[in-house]
Amino acid sequence: MCLGIPGRIVAITDPVHKLGTVEVAGVRRAVNLACIIDEDHPIEACIGDWVLVHVGFAMSRIDEREAEATLALLAELGEVMEAQRAMQAAAAGEEGDHALR
Amino acid sequence: MSPLDAVPKSIPRRASVDLPTVTLAHGGGGRAMRDLIDGVFLEAFGCPELKEMNDAAVIALSGLAAQGDRLAFTTDSFVVDPLVFPGGDIGKLAVCGTINDLAVSGARPLYLTCAVILEEGFPIPELRRIVGSMASAAREAEVAVVTGDTKVVGRGACDKLFINTAGIGVIEHGLDLGPTRVRPGDVILVNGLLGDHGATILNARGDLALSTPIESDCAALHDLIGVVKAAAPNLRFLRDATRGGLATVLNEVAESARVGIALDESAVPIRAEVKGFCEILGLDPLYLANEGKLVAIVPEAEAPAALAAMRGHRHGAEAAVIGRVTDRRPGRVTMRTVFGGERVVDMLVGDQLPRIC
Amino acid sequence: MRYVDEFRDPVRAKALLGRIEALAASLAQARDRPLYLMEVCGGHTHTIFKFGIEGLLPKSIELVHGPGCPVCVLPMGRVDDCVALAETPGVILATFGDAMRVPGSKKSLMQAKADGADIRMVYSPLDALQLARANPGREVVFFALGFETTMPSTALTVLQAEAEGIRNFSLFCNHITIIPTMKAILDSPELKIDGFLGPGHVSMVIGTAPYRFIAEQYKKPLVVSGFEPLDVLQSIWMVLAQLAEGRTEIENQYVRVVPAGGNDKALEAVDRVFELRPFFEWRGLGSIDHSGIRIRDAYASFDAERRYSVPDVKIADPKSCQCGEVLKGAIKPWECKVFGKACTPATPMGALMVSSEGACAAYYQYGDLDDLARRSASA
Repeated sequence: MCLGIPGRIVAITDPVHKLGTVEVAGVRRAVNLACIIDEDHPIEACIGDWVLVHVGFAMSRIDEREAEATLALLAELGEVMEAQRAMQAAAAGEEGDHALR
Repeated sequence: MSPLDAVPKSIPRRASVDLPTVTLAHGGGGRAMRDLIDGVFLEAFGCPELKEMNDAAVIALSGLAAQGDRLAFTTDSFVVDPLVFPGGDIGKLAVCGTINDLAVSGARPLYLTCAVILEEGFPIPELRRIVGSMASAAREAEVAVVTGDTKVVGRGACDKLFINTAGIGVIEHGLDLGPTRVRPGDVILVNGLLGDHGATILNARGDLALSTPIESDCAALHDLIGVVKAAAPNLRFLRDATRGGLATVLNEVAESARVGIALDESAVPIRAEVKGFCEILGLDPLYLANEGKLVAIVPEAEAPAALAAMRGHRHGAEAAVIGRVTDRRPGRVTMRTVFGGERVVDMLVGDQLPRIC
Repeated sequence: MRYVDEFRDPVRAKALLGRIEALAASLAQARDRPLYLMEVCGGHTHTIFKFGIEGLLPKSIELVHGPGCPVCVLPMGRVDDCVALAETPGVILATFGDAMRVPGSKKSLMQAKADGADIRMVYSPLDALQLARANPGREVVFFALGFETTMPSTALTVLQAEAEGIRNFSLFCNHITIIPTMKAILDSPELKIDGFLGPGHVSMVIGTAPYRFIAEQYKKPLVVSGFEPLDVLQSIWMVLAQLAEGRTEIENQYVRVVPAGGNDKALEAVDRVFELRPFFEWRGLGSIDHSGIRIRDAYASFDAERRYSVPDVKIADPKSCQCGEVLKGAIKPWECKVFGKACTPATPMGALMVSSEGACAAYYQYGDLDDLARRSASA
C-alpha cells in the first residue's frame, strides 16, 4: 500500500525547511527530507542518498547492502536449482540407459 | 473634457487586431471580424483559396480523381488544456491530428478546414502564436488550410479556445486497410516511444510539480506511412494511438477483428522518463495518449521490411515489433509481463488517475 | 530504474517459483484445501495483477486480497462530508487522484468538480500547502487519507504550516491505522487465512514489532513484503517456509527499506499532531475501535471538521454491496452478486470497484474475466 518509489537525492534546496530535489529516472521533484535527517546524518550528507519517496517525502534511506544481499540470495537460489536440475537430468539419463538394456 | 473626446474619430484598418484581446465584436461578422481574419488567419495561412474569402473552398474533382478512387473525410475538435505545452500547442495538434486520421485511413492528406471558437478576452498575441503553429505544421506537411470559420462567445461560454479541423484526402486505388484484414500470425509494430504526449499534458496541468524533460511527440505521420506502405504492400491496418493510448487501439482491433492480441511488455518502447513519471504517479503508460505514434499491423513476411522502413524515417527511429495477432482468446489483448507472468490489457474505464497507493 | 528493475528480474523469479512449487507441493499433502495467503496492502494487490503473479503460482496457493486500500474503505458519509467541504464557497479542495472517483451518496468528488466545485488533484500534501500560500484569499482544505505510511507527511505538512503562520490551510482527516484492520480480519469467523504478506510501506514507518500479536496470539506467520514482483514472490516463499517448518514469526523481506524499529522522526511528527479516535467507520467493515485518527486540540485550527460544518451523516452501504465480505477475504470479487453487473468501474457501487487497486477493479481490469465467468457459472 502506499505508492513509494526509489529515487536519488540530487540537491539540497532549502536546509531550513529540509527540502531537497529527488530524481527518479530523469524526473525531478521537490522532496521533504525531515524523516531521514538526524545528528548522524545531517541534511548535507543526504546528497547522493537513495531514498524511498512517498507523496513528496523521503521516508527511508535504502540500504544498498541489504538490496545487494537480497538479489544475491535470489541469484544463488537460481544457481542451486540449476545444479540440482543438472544432477537430476544426469541421474535420469543413467536410468534411461539402464532401461534400454 | 468629455469621455467622447477619447474616442478616435476614425479607426485605422486592422487596428482592432492590435488590441490585446478578442472581444465579442471580433465575432460579429463586421469590420472587427474581418480584421481578425485578415490580420491573424490569412496572414498565417497565406493560401490563395482562403484569401478569396468565399463561402466555400472549391476544389476540382479531376485533380482528386487523378490521385485515387476514394475520398477520405474526417473531422476532430481540439480542446486540450493547457493550450501550450512542451513540444507543441493546440494548433499543431489540430493540424497533425486530422492529417494523421486521414493518413492512417490510407489517404494522402490534401486540404484542411480551420474553425475556431474563442472565448471573449482571449489574448490576440496568443492566438497569433497558435495559428502560426497551425500554419507551419500545415506547410511542413504540404497540406493547405483552405477554409475556416471564427466565432467568439461570451466569457465562460467556452474554455479559452476550441479548434475544429476537418480534412479530406484521397486513397489510391487498391489500398484497403482495416481491422477485418487482420489475421492470426500478423505482426504488430509501433513507430517509437509511447506515452510522451499523455505524460506531458498531465504534467503541464500543473499541480503535480514534477519537472521532466518529456515533450509531446506531436507530428504528422503521412510521410512515414508512405514509406511503410511501400515496404509492406500487404499492410493490413493502421491507427494512431491517441486518447486511451496503445491499449485502446489494440482492444478496438481485437474486438472488431475478433482476434487475440499477444503483447510482449519488454518489447514495448517507452522512454525512461515516462516510465519514471508513471511509476511515481502509479499510471500505466499503455493508456497514455500519443500524438505522433501509430500502430501498424503487417503480415509476418513483410514485418522486417516494414520495421526497417520505419527505422529509416525520422518519425520511426525507435520503431519496434511489440506483439502478434493470434487466434488464442479472440477479442482479448493479453501481455507477457517483464516478469514472465501474463495479464490482460483491457479497455480503460474513464481517465487514469494518479494513485497514492 | 535502480532498485526497481532488478526486482523485476524474470530469471531470479524462476528459481523462486521452483522453491515455492516444491514447498507448496509438500504442504498440500497434509491439506484438503488450498493454502490461503492474504496480502493486506492494496499496493501488493496491484503488483500481483500488474505482473500476472497469480498465474505463475501453483494452484495449491490462493491469494486473498485484503482491505489495505485506504481509498476503498472510505465510508460514503465521509465522502459526502468531503463533497460538502469542496462545495463551501471560497474553498479549494486538494486531494489525491484516486480519491476523486469514490462514490458518495449523491456524488463523487469528480462529479462535484464537474458541477463547479474547485477541486485540485495533488501529488503531495506539500502541494496543497503551496496552494494555500499562492491563494491567500481562499481556504485550502486537504483531503488527508491513507494508513500510517501517509500520516507522517500530513503531520509534517501541518507542522510546516504552523511554522510559517499559514492560516488558510486545514485538513479533512481520514487517516486510519492498520493494526485494528488486521485484528478485525483475524477475528472474523469466516477467515481461513494461513499466512500474511505484511504492508511494506506502513512498516517503514511503524517497524515490525506491532505485528507480533499476529504470530504470538493468532499463530499466523507474517512476512513484511516489498512491492516489486520479486519481493512478493520471496515473501510468499518465506511464508511457506514458516508453514513447512511449523514456525509462526514476523519476518522482514523488505530489509532494504524497512528498519525493524520504524522511523522515529516520522512517528514523532505523527504523535505531535494526531491522536486516536475512539472509533471510526470503515466501509464494508463497520465501526472499528481506535482505528481512525484525528487532529489534536493543539492543532485544532488545522482541522477542517472544526473549522467548517459538515453533514456528518452515517450512510449505510447499498444493500446489494458486498464490499465488506470481499475486504475480509470471505468471498472473491467475482462471487459478489453485483460484480460486473450493476457494479463495474464505469458504474461503481462500492469503493473496491473505484480505486485502481481495490480487488474488484483489479480483477475487472487485469483479470481473466472469461475464465471467471466460466468459474462462477459452474459454481
